[in-house]
Amino acid sequence: MRSICFYFQVHQPFRLRTYRFFDIGADHNYYDEYQNRHIIRRVAKKCYLPTNQVLLDLIKEYGTAFKVSFSISGVALEQFKMYIPEVIDSFKRLADTGCVEFLAETYSHSLSALKSKDEFNRQVQKQKQMITDLFGQHPTTFRNTELIYSDKIGEMVAEMGFKTMLTEGAKHVLGWKSPNYMYCNNINPKLKLLLKNFQLSDDIAFRFSQQSWPEWPLTTEKFVGWLNQIEPNQETVNLFMDYETFGEHQWAETGIFNFMKALPGQVFANSNFTFNTPSELAKNLQPVSAINVPYPCSWADEERDLTAWLGNDLQDEAFDALYAIEEKLKGCTDENLLRDWLYLQTSDHFYYMCTKWFSDGDVHKYFNPYGTPYEAFINYMNVLSDFLIRVENCCKSPQTPLENEIAEQKPTIKKPVVKKKVAKKTTPKKEPASKKKAVPVTKSGKK
Amino acid sequence: MFGWEFPPHITGGLGTACYGLTKGLLKKNVEIIFVVPKAYGDEDTRSARLINASDFTINFNDNIFQEYWKRITYLEIGSNLIPYVGPEEFSRLTSQAELEATTWKKNIVAEKFEFSGRYGKNLFDEVSRYALVGSAIAASNTFDVIHAHDWLTYPAGIASKSVSGKPLIVHIHATEFDRSGENINPDVYEIERKGMEVADKVITVSNLTRNIVIEKYGINPDKVFTVHNAVEKAADKPEIIENKRYIQEKIVTFLGRITFQKGPDYFVEAANKVLMKDKNVRFVMAGKGDMLNKMIRRVAQLRISQKFHFTGFLEGDDVDRMFALSDVYVMPSVSEPFGISPLEAMRSNVPVVISKQSGVSEVLNHALKVDFWDIDALADSIYGLIHYPALKKTFLKWGKEEINNLKWENAAEKVLEIYQDATS
Repeated sequence: MRSICFYFQVHQPFRLRTYRFFDIGADHNYYDEYQNRHIIRRVAKKCYLPTNQVLLDLIKEYGTAFKVSFSISGVALEQFKMYIPEVIDSFKRLADTGCVEFLAETYSHSLSALKSKDEFNRQVQKQKQMITDLFGQHPTTFRNTELIYSDKIGEMVAEMGFKTMLTEGAKHVLGWKSPNYMYCNNINPKLKLLLKNFQLSDDIAFRFSQQSWPEWPLTTEKFVGWLNQIEPNQETVNLFMDYETFGEHQWAETGIFNFMKALPGQVFANSNFTFNTPSELAKNLQPVSAINVPYPCSWADEERDLTAWLGNDLQDEAFDALYAIEEKLKGCTDENLLRDWLYLQTSDHFYYMCTKWFSDGDVHKYFNPYGTPYEAFINYMNVLSDFLIRVENCCKSPQTPLENEIAEQKPTIKKPVVKKKVAKKTTPKKEPASKKKAVPVTKSGKK
Repeated sequence: MFGWEFPPHITGGLGTACYGLTKGLLKKNVEIIFVVPKAYGDEDTRSARLINASDFTINFNDNIFQEYWKRITYLEIGSNLIPYVGPEEFSRLTSQAELEATTWKKNIVAEKFEFSGRYGKNLFDEVSRYALVGSAIAASNTFDVIHAHDWLTYPAGIASKSVSGKPLIVHIHATEFDRSGENINPDVYEIERKGMEVADKVITVSNLTRNIVIEKYGINPDKVFTVHNAVEKAADKPEIIENKRYIQEKIVTFLGRITFQKGPDYFVEAANKVLMKDKNVRFVMAGKGDMLNKMIRRVAQLRISQKFHFTGFLEGDDVDRMFALSDVYVMPSVSEPFGISPLEAMRSNVPVVISKQSGVSEVLNHALKVDFWDIDALADSIYGLIHYPALKKTFLKWGKEEINNLKWENAAEKVLEIYQDATS
């Protein structure tokens, strides 16, 4: 009995509009609403809705034998609510079948795990809450943005109470080991790890329609044949991919939908594999060993590391500048600022600044609204400059409640007319009330 | 007159200078046939076309000037020639354009040009073709002098002279030494030298350039004359001046092509020094060019991107808007034959810091002058202008007067004298 574990990522960023130097300080509207709405509606129609339907049909046909898992970023969910709510209904129907597991991730698909534990925790809690509110599930499995994982990150995730985490089965992490087993984190072995089998996952996600690929066309028979060739004691085949594979990266004409429709049948008929969710695998399988990942790995590009988002001067400066603002935001309650703070952390902004364009260029360029990484950088830094100005103006207020009271006292003390009232003040707690009294006094005082 | 560009399609000082000079000459009753290269699409098979004055979409508030346009005949020659681009850059751009099927994307940061596949991919071929068509124009028109601006047009000037027998005047706005330092392209140098040799008179925009012409090109000093460029009177745009200012910090601006000649790297280093002392200032680099990406990377490397902004290429009103926001204008040019932009800045009430290695430093007294390599002096000047209001006030008061005396009419007067000398 061996398992196939399907996991699909669903994410769309709030893309920035063209924000010029002249806008800094003047215009606080950062997002390209037209573009974002247009893109998400398009992707929903080409991918999310039809593929969800395919999955629903398969679940109806095979009952609880067919299972998959998803993670949907908070910013994607927000955009669905704003621009195309039927997608949420479609995912709700999937949740109701009981055959679909929803994972937790960072709310804004951010790289916060690399910089700030507090922010990371905050975002994950927010995401978890949203999943519970919408789909009625309490996620026990976690995946970090773009499957970024390291020993330290795993430790933080375990601390938050998650049982399982997904990551990339990168060669430089596994060495000779195979991704088809359950592993665990080497600091906290309670955290079980499922590693992506990138060979088979990318066969579907990237190579499916490449006619130059020797194995093209990929039929379900061929694929199941490969599954059967895997050594019998290897327990799981983890197929992790971007949900947009179905309909966007691989267009319907390539036959990707037909592939998916036929796959469960083929698997059940000609192999001893079953479909399982990550939490089921966590229950059934024991880790064979811990894995050592001192430096973060990811599922991105050839290198499977962080260089898609960080590493060149542009990305590093933008990233450091962004997280330098975190301190200033402590105690801030302005909704708009907090919302912008979330949206600006989305990893896509740094992805667009990547300067390694060649073999992975196509994927980078796909939804990249900028022509060059330099434009991406300039645009982002302009927005960040305006954001910083707003934060500094708004959050000059000190943090503790006592300090707040003192701060509120200061203006009343300075006004000469109100000084008469200050002498009469006995209890500081009557602050708000006395302040209100001060207004009519000044008016009558002036009269 | 053979030129490279003319308003409204201006990418640099040469177009501005040609415009100013042309206006000045037209006011002195000179009739001009102005020829520029322009890439047409494949459907247009003419080799040269006449543009009506009414087709000009110049949005300068110059109503009085409309009648002068009757005296100008404006001709465009179908060509891939684009200004400010050397031979290597040109072949890179044309081959790139070929790969991308010659689509033109208007982009304020990246360099993209409109290329027609019908014309040459080699810059020198294009220059020769321009010369060929130019000489045909010369053969079929009547005129008294030929005036050629910068090296791309010299072969056209030479060809026209031999066809018509009229005197040739070449106008040096920049030499290969200014553009490329010591790594000059020998073919370009040769074209420049030949143009100056064959010409009856040589006009340079500054004494700095005149010295280069005499020493590095070996031209007889008697036929080289300096006519300094000037600056247009300010267009009246109150709505821009009164625009509310949203940024509290002082703003220091560099506006120009981001290329070796203009010394953008010195600006970045000086900005870094100033920011170490004073965080309450923002630097802006406006423009595009082959060094833009390198500058962006350097700024990111120095971690000053929060206070150092790039605006890309600014056109029309945006330029005025930029000047209106600026507290200091910096021109750290490595070798600037003249440099009209500081004059434009002063016209907008912005004090300027210029390099001593520029032609404009010969005519300006009320500007801070530094050696381009002296980053400390540069940082010092910037800091001074931001922090000591008296300094700024003085420069503005006397500077305004100074630039009011730099009129294109005066430059045109001198040029006219040279014309008369050549035709006598």
